[in-house]
Amino acid sequence: MQEQRQQPSLSLIDGNYLLYGDWTTAYLKQWLDLQPSIAAYSKELKIVTLAMDTNGAMAFLHIFGKQASNWPEGLTPTQQQLLRLVLKEGEESIPEPKSPNWLADLGFRFSQFWGHANQLLNFIGQLFTAFYTLLCNPRQFKPKLLFDVIQRDGLHAVPIIALLAFLLGAVIAWQGGLQLKTYGANVFIVELVALTHLRELGPLITAILVAGRSGSAYAAQLATMNINQEILALRSLGQNPFDWLILPKLLGLIITLPLLTLLADLTGLLGGSLVAHLQLEISPTLFWQRLSQEVSVSHFFIGMIKAPVFAIVIVSVGCMQGMLASGGADAVGERTTRSVVQAIFLVIIIDAVFSVIFSNTGW
Amino acid sequence: MQSPNLPLVELKNITTQFGSQVVHQNLNLKINRGERLALVGGSGSGKSVLLSEIALLKTPQAGSVTLFGQATDQLSTNHLIQLRKKMGIMFQQGAMFTSLNLLENIMLPLREHQRLPESFIKELAMLKIKLVGLAASAATKLPQELSGGMLKRAAVARALALDPNLLLLDEPTAGLDPASASDFDDMLLELHATLDLTLILVTHDLDSLWRVSNQVAFLGDKQVLSKAPMEKLTVNSHPVIKHYFANTRAAGARTRGIGVNQG
Repeated sequence: MQEQRQQPSLSLIDGNYLLYGDWTTAYLKQWLDLQPSIAAYSKELKIVTLAMDTNGAMAFLHIFGKQASNWPEGLTPTQQQLLRLVLKEGEESIPEPKSPNWLADLGFRFSQFWGHANQLLNFIGQLFTAFYTLLCNPRQFKPKLLFDVIQRDGLHAVPIIALLAFLLGAVIAWQGGLQLKTYGANVFIVELVALTHLRELGPLITAILVAGRSGSAYAAQLATMNINQEILALRSLGQNPFDWLILPKLLGLIITLPLLTLLADLTGLLGGSLVAHLQLEISPTLFWQRLSQEVSVSHFFIGMIKAPVFAIVIVSVGCMQGMLASGGADAVGERTTRSVVQAIFLVIIIDAVFSVIFSNTGW
Repeated sequence: MQSPNLPLVELKNITTQFGSQVVHQNLNLKINRGERLALVGGSGSGKSVLLSEIALLKTPQAGSVTLFGQATDQLSTNHLIQLRKKMGIMFQQGAMFTSLNLLENIMLPLREHQRLPESFIKELAMLKIKLVGLAASAATKLPQELSGGMLKRAAVARALALDPNLLLLDEPTAGLDPASASDFDDMLLELHATLDLTLILVTHDLDSLWRVSNQVAFLGDKQVLSKAPMEKLTVNSHPVIKHYFANTRAAGARTRGIGVNQG
């Protein structure tokens, strides 16, 4: 059975202005729209209504005012009672959120920034102490958690990293090959691909992918745990949350990121040699032969040495953002975003610093 | 208006399953307009699940849910939205949106409901805050800044935003201290008396059962074993019901409850 609804309407019957309709939430808009025409006849109105709820009562008070003597006739006792209740409860003024002046705002921001810097230092300090305690007391180490990290953030990342590094190697060879071909210097494609990939792009693309894939997961996981008081629970059980949540990730990524970088190097070269074969008619045999003759192994090591540094950056940024989260669902999203942005930012900055150092020292 | 002799909520032959675990089997329940019904039963008897089925948030594997005289299984999305607007639900943990303050939480459904002036929506939301007995100063606080008792009241305020006819509450007094729980019960009774409300609450709080409910549906053996007022339910001879009420806490709540009812 459908409930019968009464649309608000104002009509003139036998010289009386009758105001029909339900004073309910469904018709708030209609009532407020009727307000001007109601106001014109408010003295001689009669109300005909079956239903009233609190929202409707509020609209009624809006239209007819708070003086009960000004209310039109026709309300039932229950409806009058409801109106009085709403009147009583609705008296209080609505508090406006305080917006501080610009000076207070500046001060607040500065103290917040200072607080963040403090928290960062605090986190780094705790990380080092936890690491030191672990070295002194290796029995606290949790191998299962470490293997979990290696599997989830290392093994499961293999396909995507292999594919993307392969494509990147192929693209570099393609673009470089077009230029080299015009000079007839086809064979230098080997040095081009090997140097850019082994020194720079292999480690960089791996670190960026892992920061997006795992760093964000670390931040989201720790932020949620933090908000659910799970980290406090660990502390209360006499456990150091760093042992459980951060050190396994740190060690796991220090192990896996170089391995993933090695994989990226290999598939990148593979992609390069494929394009060299198709576009520049350099056979794979020639490619790998020239690679071993002309490209010093030091380029490979320069690339590899960056990987553990990137791992430390990704884990500390992700975990720190997670540990600092407070509030609700918003905080989780915000911290995750920040962790990815900061991790990628720092990875690229550090890569640039490495480049400058290595080229200045003649490597 | 809906004729008063028709039940407001009617559950027919409800079967609910999670994998191979059957929670309800051919469960039947009628709830009349104006009732204050409590759903009780042991842990895992499917009280909260039943509540979310009434709220149309979960569909049972078999059976029909009739709300306000409308069968819900064939309804279009639009009709479902209309029906949901007539129901308010208070979740166990409050489920307030943590990124919005209390006032904004309550304004959200009102804002989406109709294009009303902002100041009017604010007034409506403020009214709800006052109705549930919260101080005006709580309005600009974020949910995570409120105490447990205040959060529960806030959740009720949001559930009442669109003036529903049916208010569903999942464990409203769980985790409250006795004084707050008792105040909360009073608030529910007051709301029920002043607004045209039907209450359905899932609860383990025996004091609440005696104070708030005038009907209790006991869930057990995948069925509603009995629907009766507390006085009758406590003398029911069904072994499961007997076991539920045969303990010292139940006896204490009973004496308190009868004392309150007489006073």
